[in-house]
Amino acid sequence: MSKDKSSIFSPAVSFKNLFKKPETIKVPEENKKTAKRYRGFHINDLDKCIGCGTCSKICDNKAIKMVELENVKTELGQRNERPKIDYGRCCWCGLCVDICTTGSLQFTQDYTYINHDAESFSYIPDNKNINKIESAIGYERDQDSELLDLYRIEMQELDAESRVQSFMEIVKGFSKKQAEKEASRCVECDICTEACPASMNIPEYIRGIYDEDLEESLKQIYEDNPLPEVCGRICTHNCESICSISHRGEAVSIRWLKRYAVDNVDLAEYNKILGTEKIHQVDKKVAIIGAGPAGLSAAHYLKLMGYQITVFEAESKAGGMMRYGIPEYRLPYDKLDKDINYIKNLGVEFKFNIRIGKDISLSDIKKEYDAVFAATGLHNGRSTRIPGTENNNVYQAIYLLKQITKGEEIPLTKKIVVIGGGNVAMDIARSLARLQKKKYGQVNVLVTSLETEDIMPADQEEIEEAREEGVDFEPGRGPKEIIVSEDGSISQICTNCCVSVFDDDMNFNPTFDDQDIQNYECDMVVEAIGQAGDNSYIDDNYDIKYEGPRIKVNDKQQTSLPWLFAGGDIVRGPDVINGIKTGHNAAQGIDEFLKN
Amino acid sequence: MGKSKRTEMFFGPNHPGVPGNYGINYFYEGDTVVSAEPNPGHLHRGFEKLMEEREWIKNTPLVCRICVMEPDINEMVYAMSFEAIGEIKIPKRAAYIRSIILELARIQAHIFSIGGNCGAIGLYTAMQWGVLTRDYILDIFEEITGGRVYHIYIRPGGVRHDIEDVTLQKILDLLNDLENNRMPEFQKLIFENPIAQKRWKNTAVLNQEDALSLGVTGPALRATGLEHDVRKLMPYAAYDQVDFKVPTGEDGDAWTRLKLKKDEIFQSIKIIRQLVNNIPAGPVSLNLGNALKYKIPAGEAYVKIESSRGEYGYYVVSDGGLKPYRVHVRGTSTPLGLYGVETLLPGCRIEDVPVWAHSLGICPPEFDR
Ligand code: SF4
Ligand code: SF4
Repeated sequence: MSKDKSSIFSPAVSFKNLFKKPETIKVPEENKKTAKRYRGFHINDLDKCIGCGTCSKICDNKAIKMVELENVKTELGQRNERPKIDYGRCCWCGLCVDICTTGSLQFTQDYTYINHDAESFSYIPDNKNINKIESAIGYERDQDSELLDLYRIEMQELDAESRVQSFMEIVKGFSKKQAEKEASRCVECDICTEACPASMNIPEYIRGIYDEDLEESLKQIYEDNPLPEVCGRICTHNCESICSISHRGEAVSIRWLKRYAVDNVDLAEYNKILGTEKIHQVDKKVAIIGAGPAGLSAAHYLKLMGYQITVFEAESKAGGMMRYGIPEYRLPYDKLDKDINYIKNLGVEFKFNIRIGKDISLSDIKKEYDAVFAATGLHNGRSTRIPGTENNNVYQAIYLLKQITKGEEIPLTKKIVVIGGGNVAMDIARSLARLQKKKYGQVNVLVTSLETEDIMPADQEEIEEAREEGVDFEPGRGPKEIIVSEDGSISQICTNCCVSVFDDDMNFNPTFDDQDIQNYECDMVVEAIGQAGDNSYIDDNYDIKYEGPRIKVNDKQQTSLPWLFAGGDIVRGPDVINGIKTGHNAAQGIDEFLKN
Repeated sequence: MGKSKRTEMFFGPNHPGVPGNYGINYFYEGDTVVSAEPNPGHLHRGFEKLMEEREWIKNTPLVCRICVMEPDINEMVYAMSFEAIGEIKIPKRAAYIRSIILELARIQAHIFSIGGNCGAIGLYTAMQWGVLTRDYILDIFEEITGGRVYHIYIRPGGVRHDIEDVTLQKILDLLNDLENNRMPEFQKLIFENPIAQKRWKNTAVLNQEDALSLGVTGPALRATGLEHDVRKLMPYAAYDQVDFKVPTGEDGDAWTRLKLKKDEIFQSIKIIRQLVNNIPAGPVSLNLGNALKYKIPAGEAYVKIESSRGEYGYYVVSDGGLKPYRVHVRGTSTPLGLYGVETLLPGCRIEDVPVWAHSLGICPPEFDR
């Protein structure tokens, strides 16, 4: 047995504590001072919080319920819900703070909360703390405790030099690994769905990618969008602008993920996956005028309901603006055809090269069909009507783009000015750049727009890419006159400074400064300032109501004539996704109409 | 005394001498235990099953609750199992910080345990001192992690926050105070106290053969003379970077075990000083992506570490999904708390039953989970 020091006096060491200051503190006379990082009680900046519910999702104790609040901001991308914490369940782990997408949720440094009212332990944190006093911020998320994946997987794209050589698709698309990683960034808050004009099941199809279940993704996508190859490439992706992750990081690449999902499912599998091998047929006929996004969408959903569908199309191929407006480098034709072929395979009949109002009248169609959906789009270019626009070398972007699609040779000079600041202006400028490069070996395209670059309606990436491809920009300038030489050729375009584009009520009402004049040399001018529709086929026999320039419809796209429905750019948009939505709406509306 | 009679006694689940909500039902004759059986189940919270239902990250606040006294070991093995299956290598600084945290946890657990053992023999002053001294360490934890008892700090991929230099300095100051002021007082009050010695020496003896056959580890095994310490045998975190000794004893009694705990505190102080002085710069965590979607490949791992009471391990199976498929906890005191009660407690005097339970490090939440 070991020998150990011992003495009965040893324990007397404790007596010296009699003369020492106590090491304890007396609550509540004195409060415990907590550490800076103390996980006290939650506070939430209610203006910053978007109600995404991610905090509630990660809470390992189900201590957070999202509750509706009346007086919080509810702009797009914000829900009127805020977290309510039940301290009977909370374990103060702070996972909610670490993951909060906006950083609105934090802890205070408070150590105690005392109340005889048990209900008060379940509360909606706001900018004050649970004790309703100002309190120092305690635990906060830092870069190490971060629980979100803030940065996107970079998309591989062709470089500018190779882009401008051809009309090859620029974006290469995700690999499986990249797509799954990108999909894993989604917190499934569903806020994006509210911003999608077609209310697509976005988190669900992203989840399918993450779970390596592309069939599930395809099903989810086709619930609301029968043109996913198209939208996976050129959608305006409003969803991404309000993605929760974008508050502290970069939005999830929703559009590219959609593209990945559909690119990687074989068309031959579609019917099986989507359960459309056999469709129960209904003995009613619907005519659709226009094979653009709205017409195709309506055809798809109506066909699934069993109706006999005929689509009348003025051009020789389906797709509308998707084919004849959007250049191939953004949307390759084979991808567009994949979407269209699926719809065709469902048994939708297409009649091409038939222009309603010319080759056949609306009343003839009405005689033969039980309902009609008009989705004829905006196919006429608008002109600035400035002096000189009557010159032969002044063109409308929309017609040139169509010619390019058709493979026709278009007029092409060495110095071209494009007027306009939207995506169509970018499309034509970049197409012309490619053609110039091929023909002359160099690019000389100048884009002038009323808007300064910060408010140009074109996507920022379009502007940047155009610039990389050699397109020049002179934003913030109004076209005043196209100067024509004596020999009839264009020599310059004269512009003045555009001081403001919109008036105080945000109406389009540009003002100019004539002291600030700039001329730019050019030999061809292309106008890309917007399009107009031609609804003249709805002739005087029909008393149809308008709302401004657009046909008036109800929420099911029904016009003032019960059998006539209208959608696409002639009532909403202009863009593809709104077209798809109106087509889907119309399908439901027509179904209701035909059943009654 | 006349002919002795067998009487049944319930030691716990509510008893000041029992470490946690757990019971031992024993029969005694005279004042000696003649047979005993464990009476667990009062604390069962279904941790292992619960973990299967929660995404990987959501278990990080749960695992620590398996052991109130030393929560960090659970965080550590959980993170280690995730990293082992996922083949994730954490940054070096994170490994150092993990060891610092684990050694601070060991010190506070040992101090609390020594205090608790004193409580078991009626030396309540020491018990209060144990609580107080531990609280100073909890202050440090609060500063580093934001929590006093449950830190939720060691995570898959590293640790949750970096430790600032001022805090590292505070740790060194605290260790100095412990070494120069508080431990000498413990020494006098407890270890040079003839009554404490009398109560502990030769009490609750566990011999090496029994210890090995039951799978007992930690101070209880080392008190029988075997130098067994996972930190040395299979170094994890930053233990391969530090120099320290593994104290051992010979007698296998409560006294030896408690002395070992005291000696280990000094070793831990030595370890932490080395870690603090040599901590490398750099990141302390890997971003493993969106925590709601953590996924590791299908696979399994058994990982173990040296807790204040001995070998502590998790066996984890992943099926490649968002949640663990199975988590099995090997609590250090499982063999003693469940089986040892029946074989080793008989022969013990009634008043020594708390000494038996405390000095052998019976921690009911570890096996009653
Ligand atoms: S601190 Fe943890 S338990 Fe409490 S509300 Fe947040 S996530 Fe839930
Ligand atoms: S995660 Fe943040 S932003 Fe989202 S609801 Fe919770 S507190 Fe609000």
